[in-house]
Amino acid sequence: MITSVLLPIGLGAAATVAAMAMPPRLAMPFATMVAAAAFVLLLWAVPQVAGGAAITASFWGVPSLGITGGLSLDGLSLLFALLITGIGALVFLYAGSYLHDDPRRSRFAAIVLMFMTAMLGAVMADDVVTLFIFWELTSLASFFLVGFDHEKATARRAALQALLVTGGGGLALLAGLVLVAAAAGTTAISGIIAAREAVLAAPAAEAAMILVIIGCFAKSAQVPLHFWLPNAMAAPTPVSAYLHSATMVKLGVYLLARLNPVYLEHDLWQGVLTWFGLATALTGAFLALRETDLKRVLAYTTVTGLGTLVMLIGIPPALSATAAIVFLLVHAFYKAALFLVAGIVDHETGMRDASALGGLARVMPITALGAVLAALSMAGLPPFVGFVAKELVYEAKLESGDAAGLLVAGGFLVNAAMVAIAGVLSFRLFFARPRPTPKAPHDPGWAMMTGPLVLGILGLLAGGIPSLFGSWLVNPAAAALLGESVRVDLALWHGFSPLLVLSIATVAMGVGLYLAWERLGLVLRSLRQLDRFGPARAYDRVLGALVPAAARVTGMVQHGSLRDYLRTLFLVASLGALITLAFRGGISLPSVEAGWPDPRIFVPILLIAGAVAAVLARTLIAAIMASGLVGFATAVLFLVNGAPDLAFTQFAVETLFVVILAATLVRLPLRGRLPRSPRDRWIDASIAGCAGGAMTLLLLAVLATPFDPRLSVWFGAESVPAAHGRNVVNVILVDFRALDTLGEITVLALAAIAVLAVLRSIRGETRA
Amino acid sequence: MKPTLILRSSSALLLWCLVAVSVYVLLRGHNAPGGGFIGGLIAAAGVAVYAVSRGRAAALRMLRLHPAALCGLGLLVAAASGLPAFLDSAAAYLTHRWWFPDVGIQLPLGTPLLFDLGVYLTVLGTVTAMFLSLVEK
Amino acid sequence: MEIAVALATGIVTGCSVYLVLSRHLIRVAIGFVLFSTAANIAIFLSGRLGPMAPPVVEAGAGALAADAANPLPQALVLTAIVIGFGLVAFTLVLLLKGFIRLGTVDADDLRETDRPDNAPAAVRPAEPRREAA
Repeated sequence: MITSVLLPIGLGAAATVAAMAMPPRLAMPFATMVAAAAFVLLLWAVPQVAGGAAITASFWGVPSLGITGGLSLDGLSLLFALLITGIGALVFLYAGSYLHDDPRRSRFAAIVLMFMTAMLGAVMADDVVTLFIFWELTSLASFFLVGFDHEKATARRAALQALLVTGGGGLALLAGLVLVAAAAGTTAISGIIAAREAVLAAPAAEAAMILVIIGCFAKSAQVPLHFWLPNAMAAPTPVSAYLHSATMVKLGVYLLARLNPVYLEHDLWQGVLTWFGLATALTGAFLALRETDLKRVLAYTTVTGLGTLVMLIGIPPALSATAAIVFLLVHAFYKAALFLVAGIVDHETGMRDASALGGLARVMPITALGAVLAALSMAGLPPFVGFVAKELVYEAKLESGDAAGLLVAGGFLVNAAMVAIAGVLSFRLFFARPRPTPKAPHDPGWAMMTGPLVLGILGLLAGGIPSLFGSWLVNPAAAALLGESVRVDLALWHGFSPLLVLSIATVAMGVGLYLAWERLGLVLRSLRQLDRFGPARAYDRVLGALVPAAARVTGMVQHGSLRDYLRTLFLVASLGALITLAFRGGISLPSVEAGWPDPRIFVPILLIAGAVAAVLARTLIAAIMASGLVGFATAVLFLVNGAPDLAFTQFAVETLFVVILAATLVRLPLRGRLPRSPRDRWIDASIAGCAGGAMTLLLLAVLATPFDPRLSVWFGAESVPAAHGRNVVNVILVDFRALDTLGEITVLALAAIAVLAVLRSIRGETRA
Repeated sequence: MKPTLILRSSSALLLWCLVAVSVYVLLRGHNAPGGGFIGGLIAAAGVAVYAVSRGRAAALRMLRLHPAALCGLGLLVAAASGLPAFLDSAAAYLTHRWWFPDVGIQLPLGTPLLFDLGVYLTVLGTVTAMFLSLVEK
Repeated sequence: MEIAVALATGIVTGCSVYLVLSRHLIRVAIGFVLFSTAANIAIFLSGRLGPMAPPVVEAGAGALAADAANPLPQALVLTAIVIGFGLVAFTLVLLLKGFIRLGTVDADDLRETDRPDNAPAAVRPAEPRREAA
């Protein structure tokens, strides 16, 4: 059964690569088959998972970092995986026709397959690191797909906006997950849930929780991060149906649900999720009523759906988990179907303004059937599964205790708006007075019809036999949400209860709104003030300010002045050393011993003289000679301190230095000195003073610490017995630390090659 | 600037003297001050004298191998000197091995000398390459 | 003795930094030479000075005599000296290349090459030189 876990992902990854190389004609049918195959493979796992057993597979890991890297298929994952592959197959089939002769179909297929694979990986990940990697991959795929029509500026802008918002959320999520994993001591999700006490008791527990919530909110378009979703409608319609309503945007909901067992009793978690979810649902409903563009209307209703889901996760458990899962499925069915219908309408009529379309049922009856099936589910009318979902949602809200009144009132408004919009998208579009369209519409081919019809019928079937649907899919998924098994028997008919009254009132209110839709829209659209504020504007402001700020910072840091780079380098290094010495008590001034100084004292005096002379030298030749003096003094220092090897090396190198410096000088113009300004001279002298002072103090600090001779003694003692050599320095170089020396002579050889390469290019230029 | 006749005629002699000294320094390096680094520098100084007196082209001709090739050869020799270590399965790379064949006296032969020869050649090649590049023309 | 060398190392370091910060690139290269020398002395000094006897085991003896110099810093510094040579030689070649391409050895003229439109200064209109002295 492990194949149900690994095979779909492996298949998707292989197919992504294969699709790129495929002729456009075959790409989308191929993608469809891959998705369908993955769907069937996953279906295979349903009985086992419904029995309560998660299927796990471990395929990578970084044990040294405590990353376990596993995959796991439990009820929640399976539900998502089935949605991803099932809707994927329908959408890919649809897209093959939608993009009929687009030459970029191979690329499209590769990206959607990559997206599908990433989604499967994200929902099956049993490890927050794996999850995060796949999560970010889905954002990337979304970026490519939103910007698919990259020659349009709006598409590019929308793609970047979607990437920045979800990617920024991704950063918050990463920080949150790292904190959570650190507190739990494991990256495994099952481990984190098991360690919930530790996670909740950690010092930064709430910060971690909020960071995770931000990440999920950005992904799932919750207020105030909802604004990228409508703009993402710049993507081709199949993409909107797939990524931006049925799957990717639900990933945030998925992770909230996944972590719910950890936080479900936390007040802040409940509060943030419930109220932000409700606010999102209301905002989406309100904005959806303002729009007439079919895709934007659907985008805002998706925002509403996502808000409802988040709110349901936030409502203290019991029934809300079941309600959330049912609503998730229902929403995926009808919303994907409606998007596909919108795509057909757009494709066939050449326009997608809901207020200017009508009476399409006469020319496209099958499309109308699909739209009506989906819309009835959206409106929550029996016998559709949407009705089951709506009843459950109401019931969950009624059970939620203190806040029940507010939640139900909010839900009532939202649902009424959904009823109205469902009416617009089905009855108005297909049955109201016909209006002229740029193209003569007719039903599209079967490939484009299959998706909406199958999804619509699924909504009807699931509503008809809710108990089967409940025990196979919903209960196992809800169990993952609560961390304990759930047994809720779904039913279409609840008897006469306050719920039924509420449902009837909702529909009545919705019909009222539907009748007033055109006038209401005009009023709402006239509220232009609304566009002047809000997070979308804030995004523009921030982005507008960011670019000049980045340019300014870059200009400040990358100023291009070699001397200022070096000044910064030396100043930071020496101040760092000085400050550390001062604060760690490292400054130790030595006591000068009395008596005759060591006769070798002439060596340091020579060093100082040479260095000072190099600075004061008026000509370059004099400076080179002075530097040679320092070199020879160094050699003498080595010689009189028992280091003949060093002394000879230093002599040889110093001679070569003087020769090559002089040789370079011959090839450069000697004319003119390049004096510094007095101000520069002061600055440079201060930095040089800092550097010199830091060096001396550092060395004095070293000399003040007791000398640890163990290593030197060991080398001295082992040199003859172990390495048959009496020159200990040489033995260290060629034997004890031979690998080190090998590395160093490699550096030398590379330097020689670099010199030759640079010179060759000079010769090429001078010849040219 | 034309080098004096004395320098020109003595440069070959000087070169071979310096090379002889460098080889001596290389060989004795394991037991007395010296070794591949110093040996390589001394030999490079010999080549430098030769190049200054007879020109860059003559120096390159005399070397036969291009300095960069000397570098590569040195690296190869040094890297290869570590391979016999694998004769002993327990030893790591660059664990040097010794043989003491008895030919009248005991001759100490070991891979460290090979390694030092690699260092010698690399240093000679590098310094010569850089020197000849900069004093070109 | 050690204290005097520590002081001298500091002064050599200071002088080298001052040279490295100068405008003439040959002086910068000289500064690099001095700086690497100072670094080598610093390492050598950290292993302590004093003994005049080189770290060579007496013939027949099994281990290094107690009054011999410390071999470890010597091994570290020996390679550093040769690598320092390689570094400076490379710096000089870059400097030559810079002179041939840009026609300048003034560090302040090099800032032009870091701009995106990095045409060689020689073919660009002369800009007012910063802090012309």
